[in-house]
Amino acid sequence: MSAGTPRRRRPAAAAALVTVGLVATGALYAAVGSMAAPATAATVVSPDLIKPGEQLYKEGCSSCHGLDLAGVPAESVGKGGARANGPSLLGVGAAAVDFQVSTGRMPVGAYGKQVVRGRSSYNDEEVAALAAYVASFAPGPAIPSEQDLDFKDANLAEGGELFRTNCAQCHNFAGQGGALSNGTYAPAISPKSPRHIWEAMLTGPQSMPVFADTTVNPDEKRAIIKYITAIKSSPNPGGAPLGRVGPVSEGLLMWTIGLGALIACTVWLGAKAR
Amino acid sequence: MTIAQRAAATTTTWIDDRIGAGKWLKKNLRKVFPDHWSFMLGEIALYSFILLLLTGVYLTLFFNPSMKEVVYNGSYAPLNGIKMTQAYDSTLRISFDVRGGLLVRQIHHWAALLFVSSVSVHMLRVFFTGAFRKPRELNWVIGVGLMTLAILEGFAGYSLPDDLLSGTGLRIAQGIVLAIPLVGSYVSTFLFGGEFPGTDFIPRLYSIHILLIPGILLGMLTAHLLLVWYQKHTQFPGPGRTNKNVVGFPLFPVYVAKAGGFFFIVSGVIVLISALFTINPIWMYGPYTPDQVTAGSQPDWYIGWLDGAVRVMPNWEIVLWGHNLSLNILVPALIVPGIMFTLLGLYPWIEARATGDRREHHLLDRPRNAPTRTALGAMGLSFYLLIWISGGNDLIAQAFSWSINAITWTIRVLLIVLPPIVFVITRRACLGLQRKDRDKLLHGRETGIIQRLPSGAYQEVHAPLTDDAKAKILSARESYYEPIEAGPAVDANGVAAPKKGRLARRLSKFYFEQRVTPPTDEEIAEGQHHAADDLATVRPAGQITSGH
Ligand code: HEC
Ligand code: HEC
Ligand code: HEM
Repeated sequence: MSAGTPRRRRPAAAAALVTVGLVATGALYAAVGSMAAPATAATVVSPDLIKPGEQLYKEGCSSCHGLDLAGVPAESVGKGGARANGPSLLGVGAAAVDFQVSTGRMPVGAYGKQVVRGRSSYNDEEVAALAAYVASFAPGPAIPSEQDLDFKDANLAEGGELFRTNCAQCHNFAGQGGALSNGTYAPAISPKSPRHIWEAMLTGPQSMPVFADTTVNPDEKRAIIKYITAIKSSPNPGGAPLGRVGPVSEGLLMWTIGLGALIACTVWLGAKAR
Repeated sequence: MTIAQRAAATTTTWIDDRIGAGKWLKKNLRKVFPDHWSFMLGEIALYSFILLLLTGVYLTLFFNPSMKEVVYNGSYAPLNGIKMTQAYDSTLRISFDVRGGLLVRQIHHWAALLFVSSVSVHMLRVFFTGAFRKPRELNWVIGVGLMTLAILEGFAGYSLPDDLLSGTGLRIAQGIVLAIPLVGSYVSTFLFGGEFPGTDFIPRLYSIHILLIPGILLGMLTAHLLLVWYQKHTQFPGPGRTNKNVVGFPLFPVYVAKAGGFFFIVSGVIVLISALFTINPIWMYGPYTPDQVTAGSQPDWYIGWLDGAVRVMPNWEIVLWGHNLSLNILVPALIVPGIMFTLLGLYPWIEARATGDRREHHLLDRPRNAPTRTALGAMGLSFYLLIWISGGNDLIAQAFSWSINAITWTIRVLLIVLPPIVFVITRRACLGLQRKDRDKLLHGRETGIIQRLPSGAYQEVHAPLTDDAKAKILSARESYYEPIEAGPAVDANGVAAPKKGRLARRLSKFYFEQRVTPPTDEEIAEGQHHAADDLATVRPAGQITSGH
């Protein structure tokens, strides 16, 4: 025991220590947090967009997410709509809004087990306006820029490795999607919009985890996108891919077409005898 | 002499002149085989097995069963620079760099799927027609052995390339081994040469896959076919077919030509499928590493029922004296399959207990004439199908947007409810069909001609049965049993009857209490006579030549 020990036991010192600890943790957290939310956040929030964004938000989103973006408690949505109460949008960032609105998930139409992709009810400018408005409240992940998404130089094989480690357990080895519990599912990933893949990773919609830049860095994100794009358009050297869902469709094919054709042949050969 | 007969004669003479086996050959080349499409199911299995051997040999020329780690540097760009085992590396090489490699791999795998499915259908036909009865019980048991080995062989092959799916499958297999009470962890350490996955297992599996199991399969298959030859093939009932003869065509030339042609048809279908449809695209799955898994990790179809059984089993575990008893794995992966295969192997004896019949049977049963057996088979099949479906529960959930939990619960309930229902319905249907047969024998077949009687009533005209139909229906007599009756409780000398036969009697009652008695010859003669009279009132007898 050192000589200083008894003094540290004093209540005031303890309180001071806790305060210092909390402040330090908070500072560290903020530092890490701002690392996760890239500085590009500022570039998207253009003041000209905030005004029209506010209008669109009030009309289309506030009923579920609240005028102050703080979300709406379950009770206030009323009967039948209890599950459609929106979460707080403070700090979700422009990326989340862009992903949710331009993939047609928001505003929620019919809420089943999970909010599903659909046709977007807003055009590109309106989406940008909404994103700018939401992002103006609190910083959050930004919409990726052209350079962010430029995966030309990314490492394809590394992307495959990362995809199999981080994504395949839900989205299947070829990004064809898969079932999750209780009727929810991970959808098939479309290679058409690298921006949405990026945003999905960054914001983790619904039961998908967030892959912040601290866990999967931007280079790795580009590699994953490159891999998805590559396999989605890759040829099938073995012939028709049967949905790329593994052995189940192969078994079905053998039992129906394969064995079916051969049993038809046995019947034919058997009939010839008479 | 026809050309074919002459050809046979020339060949046998040629051989006789050299090795003196002509007589034996002449006799056996003219051996008669009965004809029915379902007798060719075993042939499909045989030909796909031959195809498996041929393509398998080609694959061994290039496959390297080593778990040594290498860095891939080949034609499939998305894996370049990735660390993997030589097993996986060489399978990629076969797929992309060896001439014809991918096609041969696909033929090998599609043929494996066909092999096990045709063996299964063959087994079902043997079961539902009662071909396993005396004297063919031994061949049935050999068959069950072949089935087991076919499944194991397939699983071993599936696990060799060391891709993500094979590794995941092996991991589950190891989990099953670990669930064996007391010795599980020792057995696992022994099999894998240490921790999973280690570096020993794939080389070991390789010897098992290319040497051990095919060797045993080949031996048992030879015994199987020799027994078919020696015991002669069964036949379906028909005019002139008895328990003592075989009605059919000679092996040479009819069956040699047919079988030869059929071999090419089976090969053709498999090669066509292999050229058109991808199977097991291991390059998409990536190499196995224990920290990866893909959605929809499924085994090949013939392991699907096991996987499905594990998937429906509630997550029960018991802790006994600090040891975990994993009922969640033990029951579905070891106990249930153990019971299923034991029952399957013993079935000929179970049924023989119920019939008390020691005769030889060379005439097949029509499934309807053995209602309890058919119902038991259908019941077992419904159980199998349910757990099989459960093996694909995630894909079903995805395809139909259902909840995977709801599917699992539905299958749990169905597994308890459905098999008994299937049993009852099937037995009733069989008995119903038998009653219809009986009516036909007694009243002739329905002609569809409606006659108005002088009294003003309408009735349908019945016509006598054709010989073929009559022989078929009459075969119900061969399949007819009554429950074994207990002898008098006390015999003539006042000694109490032994209790021994009680189980057999109970079994027999279960099998044959519900039954349809085939009519006697007198009853039939009378009935058919009526039918003929019936017909004569409409048109001169004999004018109707065929039914509808
Ligand atoms: C009918 C109610 C409803 C409406 C209208 C609605 N939302 Fe939502 N929103 C929800 C619910 C419920 C969720 C949570 C489910 C989810 O994450 O998809 C959600 C989630 C979100 C998220 C993701 C939050 C996160 O944590 O990542 C964003 C962003 C969002 N909404 C934006 C919008 C915008 C912008 C609009 C207007 C165009 C809108 N929403 C309209 C109900 C609604
Ligand atoms: C725990 C399971 C899970 C993991 C792991 C996961 N996702 Fe997702 N992902 C989901 C779910 C669930 C959704 C649907 C979310 C929604 O509809 O709001 C989704 C949606 C997506 C979408 C949007 C698809 C669409 O229909 O617009 C993309 C893109 C995506 N994920 C990419 C990825 C990538 C890339 C990874 C790996 C870095 C990954 N996901 C890992 C569960 C997962
Ligand atoms: C490796 C797999 C197998 C092959 C290649 C094979 C092949 C054959 C062939 C070619 C025949 C003669 C034609 C026919 O009746 O279809 C036959 C008959 C037979 N097989 Fe198989 N078989 C296999 C597995 C099985 C299995 C799994 C069973 C049952 C458990 C079985 C039981 C029988 C019986 C009892 C016969 C005699 C049938 C009769 O005479 O009517 N076999 N087998």
